[in-house]
Amino acid sequence: MTMTRSMIRFEDVSVRYEGTAAPTVQGVDLSVPEGELVLLVGPSGVGKSTLLGTVSGLVPHFTGGTLRGRVTVAGRDTRTHKPRELADVVGTVGQDPLAHFVTDTVEDELAYGMESLGLAPDVMRRRVEETLDLLGLADLRDRPITTLSGGQQQRVAIGSVLTPHPRVLVLDEPTSALDPAAAEEVLAVLQRLVHDLGTTVLMAEHRLERVVQYADQVLLLPAPGEPPLLGDPAEVMAVSPVYPPVVGLGRLAGVAPLPLTVRDARRRTGGLRERLAGMAPSGVVPPGGEPAGVAPAEVADEGRAVVAPGARAAEVDAPGRVSRWRRHRGKRHEAEATTPGAASPAVARPEGTAPAAGTPAARVAGLAVLRGRVEALRRVDLAVSPGATVALMGRNGAGKSTLLSTLVGLLPPTSGTVRVGGAAPHRMPPRELIRHVGLVPQEPRDLLYADTVTAECAAADRDADAAPGTCRDLVADLVPGIADDTHPRDLSEGQRLALALAIVLTTRPPLLLLDEPTRGLDYAAKARLVTILRGLAARGHAIVLATHDVELAAELAHRVVILADGEVVADGPTADVVVSSPSFAPQVTKVLAPQRWLTVTQVREALEAADE
Amino acid sequence: MADAAPDRLLPRRLAPQAHRSNALHPGAWWLWALGLATAASRTTNPLLIGLLIGVAGYVVAARRTSAPWARSYGAFVKLALVVIGIRLVFAIVLGSPIPGTHLIVTLPEVPLPDWAQGVRIGGRVTAEGVVFALYDGVRLAGLLICVGAANALASPARLLKSLPGALYEAGVAVVVAMTFAPNLISDVQRLRAARRLRGRPDKGVRGLLQVGLPVLEGALERSVALAAAMDARGFGRTAAVPARVRRTTAVLTLGGLMGVCAGAYGLLTADGSTYGLPVLGAGLAAALGGLWLGGRRSVRTRYRPDRWGARAWLVAGSGAAVAALMIAANSAAADALHPGVIPLIAPTLPLLPAAAVLIGLLPAFVAPVPPPAEAPVPARATRTARTAAEEKAS
Repeated sequence: MTMTRSMIRFEDVSVRYEGTAAPTVQGVDLSVPEGELVLLVGPSGVGKSTLLGTVSGLVPHFTGGTLRGRVTVAGRDTRTHKPRELADVVGTVGQDPLAHFVTDTVEDELAYGMESLGLAPDVMRRRVEETLDLLGLADLRDRPITTLSGGQQQRVAIGSVLTPHPRVLVLDEPTSALDPAAAEEVLAVLQRLVHDLGTTVLMAEHRLERVVQYADQVLLLPAPGEPPLLGDPAEVMAVSPVYPPVVGLGRLAGVAPLPLTVRDARRRTGGLRERLAGMAPSGVVPPGGEPAGVAPAEVADEGRAVVAPGARAAEVDAPGRVSRWRRHRGKRHEAEATTPGAASPAVARPEGTAPAAGTPAARVAGLAVLRGRVEALRRVDLAVSPGATVALMGRNGAGKSTLLSTLVGLLPPTSGTVRVGGAAPHRMPPRELIRHVGLVPQEPRDLLYADTVTAECAAADRDADAAPGTCRDLVADLVPGIADDTHPRDLSEGQRLALALAIVLTTRPPLLLLDEPTRGLDYAAKARLVTILRGLAARGHAIVLATHDVELAAELAHRVVILADGEVVADGPTADVVVSSPSFAPQVTKVLAPQRWLTVTQVREALEAADE
Repeated sequence: MADAAPDRLLPRRLAPQAHRSNALHPGAWWLWALGLATAASRTTNPLLIGLLIGVAGYVVAARRTSAPWARSYGAFVKLALVVIGIRLVFAIVLGSPIPGTHLIVTLPEVPLPDWAQGVRIGGRVTAEGVVFALYDGVRLAGLLICVGAANALASPARLLKSLPGALYEAGVAVVVAMTFAPNLISDVQRLRAARRLRGRPDKGVRGLLQVGLPVLEGALERSVALAAAMDARGFGRTAAVPARVRRTTAVLTLGGLMGVCAGAYGLLTADGSTYGLPVLGAGLAAALGGLWLGGRRSVRTRYRPDRWGARAWLVAGSGAAVAALMIAANSAAADALHPGVIPLIAPTLPLLPAAAVLIGLLPAFVAPVPPPAEAPVPARATRTARTAAEEKAS
């Protein structure tokens, strides 16, 4: 390791913020060689962002706190160099690209850093053109940044720190907000920088399935305050508390060294495929059973296949529901056009405590939504029945969030109908609305106003006319151990999401919507979320989640709807839709193809069942 | 691309499609608008001012983009109408210094004590007084609309790029503050929409107050994040400047500003008119020299600054011509430019000044045309996209 020149050097570094009992990171003593891509991994809250901040000098110059030890970047000591004096060697992109932008158009943003460094105009011009091409932004060069999609913004943010040709790039979760294809694009660019230009990249990321194969080394922060571990990716993955599904599969199969890519895994886990050959995954619907647009409840009925634990429970709860729903279905389209209040009993139900049997929790027909001049949605048809979990997938900007906003009445339909519990959500008064549908927005903080968890919960109880303590009990169920007087701002991403979810669930809405729920969550928090949502589906809640996370969709959804440019391009049982798609297939599916497994859990359960 | 189609439709168009390289210098738009505003301030003839407003409006309609700042034009027009309204209300309620014979109505007069002599509330409202106030209001409205036109046509960020280096950092503060407001508004909208998700009414004053704190918190956090991002990208890097140059800069700038103050004071007082002008000039020169020297501390370079080309000359020149001709007309045809209200006569449109005003239309033909993709969104489309709040209100 000392053979090559070290680009970033940590010498016994520890960082402690004001008012905290223990240092956020400590005992960091290592060096990152020039031209390597180092991936920083670890559970939430172990100080990954802090460690990244020390490299750009923002910790402690901007954040406060005390840094002990020494960090040198390209020979410059961050104690004596302010961030601006490191700007020509370190490029930093934080978690939220929008917070990063200084100017208003793409081209100006790419030039901003170079202007600050005083590069010559002709150099700036050339580099902007190169970067526009490198990142595929040429068509967007004059666009105002606020009009771009998340993936485009992330690319602009990376481009804006690339133009000064820094020798080190520091990236905090660069692909979390991106769809699988956009994430691939960004990673391909990073790899090119590392290989062709010798740039050193230090990157933190929760979505290891996307990035681990690109890493030259992995830097693991195992737990808060514990010293980090730097090493070969496969070796670190063997001991890491966070690991991608492909590693999970490798661990299950007892392969050494662990596979990091789907290709390695396919080669090394052939034995596993043979052992699984005769078995059928639980929770997978047989192929070809039903056309697109069919509610999963019906799938369960026709195919006699078990959709998922949730759906099974729902089926048992309401034995008459499926057939009644089928009777309605033949006349669905006429019924929608003529009788908007067809399911008014659901509206009249005062408590809204349980989903009405026989009524789909949400029904959308011929929906079009215009945002500005953009047709965000076109001719969308969708029905979600109680107990079903539907994953909305598709590129950034495909219309997923718009569909959720329409379902919760934040946006009125331009044409077509939207019915939630039988009524049009955008006409419902808010107090009525939350009894039918709840949305956890992309930024759960938007739902939180109070300054303690208790106050927030008390307000939620009042809003919902629920018994005092209902919301607090839910929080305790979802994430045990949050103190009453914690400020919502001080919660971790996962805890905040759980709090917002608890607030939304206080009214027990039959339809629950989640927008990108796993952004910023580590695998443990994600697994908890999956358990919670499965439980809710089993109790008859219909769940619609917009997500880029194929692993989450595979784990959770009965049905996947893929949107592209505002239209539904695929709609069917999860196994059918994702298996056939190269970008939406989860890693386990890719490894074990042509068998139809979706998750490590499925494989483990099948193996355990076989052993008994 | 789409270039071909509009060119075929208007084969003889004088202006090319706008892109980064041929973008009109924002300063040219400001000079043009200030020229029109000067012209508007030199006349009270509502027909001429109406023509000026029409000219400004036509140019805005022909050349503005869909950029956020371009939407401010509508706000300026509304503000102008409010100004006319306020001027009229004042003239009616507080009376008018214009003696008139055409009585419209006599309002009940509020009796005021002796010390308030000269102030009147209520009383006679004459047609002359109202018409005079209307002319005055229309002139103010004309000024506002001209400024609004400059705002809609010139990008504030690009204008910033034309500032001298020493003023750059102050300019950044202004631009950041200007983008702060739209961000704040979009935050308020998002959080009010989120109130709906909590089952609370998303309208009304209470809703606004309850989101106030989170919005401010968010704005603060964003400011800190922006400051961090700017710092990490090299904002505020300075070049080493010899101490001698630094001292000279300080002396020149301070001395220059004092000179400007003294000169202006001299110009305004009766006996100082002899030394006023030279002192003002010397002060200005010293201050500019200080700015120029101060710019040496900044290492910034400029990426593709807008060039001042022939089209910029034409646009700025047309505004200057309108102003100059209107000032000239003031001495030649003062009566037509200032129609009297006693006796009350209908204003007429003087032909020569009107023709001069039409010169202001030149930018609508020579300024580069925004590409179709950046043309403003039709109003109907934006309305359908608004949040549910309005839908519910109906």
